[in-house]
Amino acid sequence: MTQSHLQIAARARRFNRPTEDPLWLKALLGSVAIGFIAILLLLPLVLVFKEAFAQGAAPFLAAIAEPDTLAAVKLSLTAAAIAVPLNTVFGIAAAWSITKFDFPGKTFLVTLIDLPFSVSPVVSGLIYVLVFGMNGWFGPALADYNVRILFALPGIVLATMFVTFPFVARELIPLMMDQGRSEEEAAATLGASGFSTFLRVTLPNIKWGLLYGILLCNARALGEFGAVSVVSGHIRGATNTMPLHVELLYNSYDYVGAFTVAALLAMLALITLALKSFLEWRYADELAASHRH
Amino acid sequence: MSATGLKLSIPRSRHVLPGFRLSLGLTLFYLTSIVLIPLLALVIRPIELGFDGFWASISTPRVLAALRLSFGMALVAAVIDSVFGFIIAWVLVRYRFPGKALLDAVIDLPFALPTAVAGIALSTLYAPNGWIGSILAEYGIRIAYTPWGVLVAMTFIGLPFTVRTLQPVLSELGLEIEEAAATLGATRLQTIARVVLPMLMPAILTGAAMAFARGVGEYGSIIFIAGNIPAVSEIAPLLIVTKLEQYDYAGAAAIGVVMLAASFVMLLALNGLQSWAAKRR
Repeated sequence: MTQSHLQIAARARRFNRPTEDPLWLKALLGSVAIGFIAILLLLPLVLVFKEAFAQGAAPFLAAIAEPDTLAAVKLSLTAAAIAVPLNTVFGIAAAWSITKFDFPGKTFLVTLIDLPFSVSPVVSGLIYVLVFGMNGWFGPALADYNVRILFALPGIVLATMFVTFPFVARELIPLMMDQGRSEEEAAATLGASGFSTFLRVTLPNIKWGLLYGILLCNARALGEFGAVSVVSGHIRGATNTMPLHVELLYNSYDYVGAFTVAALLAMLALITLALKSFLEWRYADELAASHRH
Repeated sequence: MSATGLKLSIPRSRHVLPGFRLSLGLTLFYLTSIVLIPLLALVIRPIELGFDGFWASISTPRVLAALRLSFGMALVAAVIDSVFGFIIAWVLVRYRFPGKALLDAVIDLPFALPTAVAGIALSTLYAPNGWIGSILAEYGIRIAYTPWGVLVAMTFIGLPFTVRTLQPVLSELGLEIEEAAATLGATRLQTIARVVLPMLMPAILTGAAMAFARGVGEYGSIIFIAGNIPAVSEIAPLLIVTKLEQYDYAGAAAIGVVMLAASFVMLLALNGLQSWAAKRR
């Protein structure tokens, strides 16, 4: 290489690559992006914690210790503790049947599983009122036997199950599709039972993806508002979940109380986000969702 | 060995793996009882109204105004989210700066934050005495308790959809084409506007459609900030709740069917967009 070549190369290095934005554009787009995120997304989050502690820590703790608030926390946890495991079992079954076997109508089945995501939360609650309400299909019959579905725990669980229905399946299906069937087929050929094939071959391959799906499912289950609002009946201390209790406190001008429960839910959201980011970073290869949503 | 010989030598068993009937049976049972039968109840319900009754119940001025508000504002929010979603995805994929990972994680906040929490926070923030509302009030702008409040809430919940749809497509986009454009004398802005943007169009539209669909159906984050004035800032999902409280099940179901039909159309449009995008690759 001659002297002049080296000079040209050295000079070229001082210039930006042609695919690199000029500095003014970087500064402009960067500040627009950061500003938009800060104002639209971060400011509401900061406000929740500031309002919750507006009068110090004592009213915050007192608001948590309120019996109706504790009842709401308990109800939310109970509903999630029923809905999330059921949706996990469903998600595993759906992913197993769809990815390990061939049958006609598979694409349609996947579309149906995704359906709850595109239904308005209010409509998700409405459909259960139409089935179980006094004016609905099974309402009068259930009333004869004194079985309460609506305005009680079963209705809240059903509405929660509907809105969180696709989370686990949606995470597992693309993941298990990528992993193929050969490992399970080898295990089956060697005489492993179906259950031990799943437990020892499939589960280790999908465990982080499964955890990821359960994490998102759980966050939505605890935070769902619209669907649960329609079926719950808003009975204070009895059928109010945490998000519904936030609404009740806010509408009765108990702002510290409302933002205290909201802060608990926001903390849950932050923990979920942190775990989700950690899983995406640490186990990117073992998640289907690492680059999509 | 010929292919036919191989086929004949292996006994034809449909499935090597066990559990087909059990897993598919469980899936179908669960899907039918939790999703399909309740949705059927919704679709069947308005039949008792008859076609004229159905039309009469959804064509009242109040219902039409609510549908127009939900669909119209969701469209505007989807456009805003697409513009800012593109800028944010561009910054996150192409630039390096400290705190980038944190900024990236924050994008998902509207997914993770319960809608009621977002609702009361946005409402307090944009109220005339709130942090943002008080600044805007000096200029005579009111956001909370007007249709613009609906727009703010819909923009909030729709943003992750546009960013997250664009990000993977943008990072897979090779730099070669941009280099070629630069070699041929295009300025940086020309390259972005005439080369990069057209290639991202399917992803931009997909993200916008998802943000739109979410905005149309959104309830929790909107009702606190909207003020819910009938025919002005009352969204369609809230009207469903109102009808239910008046025990007008068929009327509630009629609006629900319109919204369900809209989400079906959106699903079809999304599938169409995705096959269009696949064809262009």
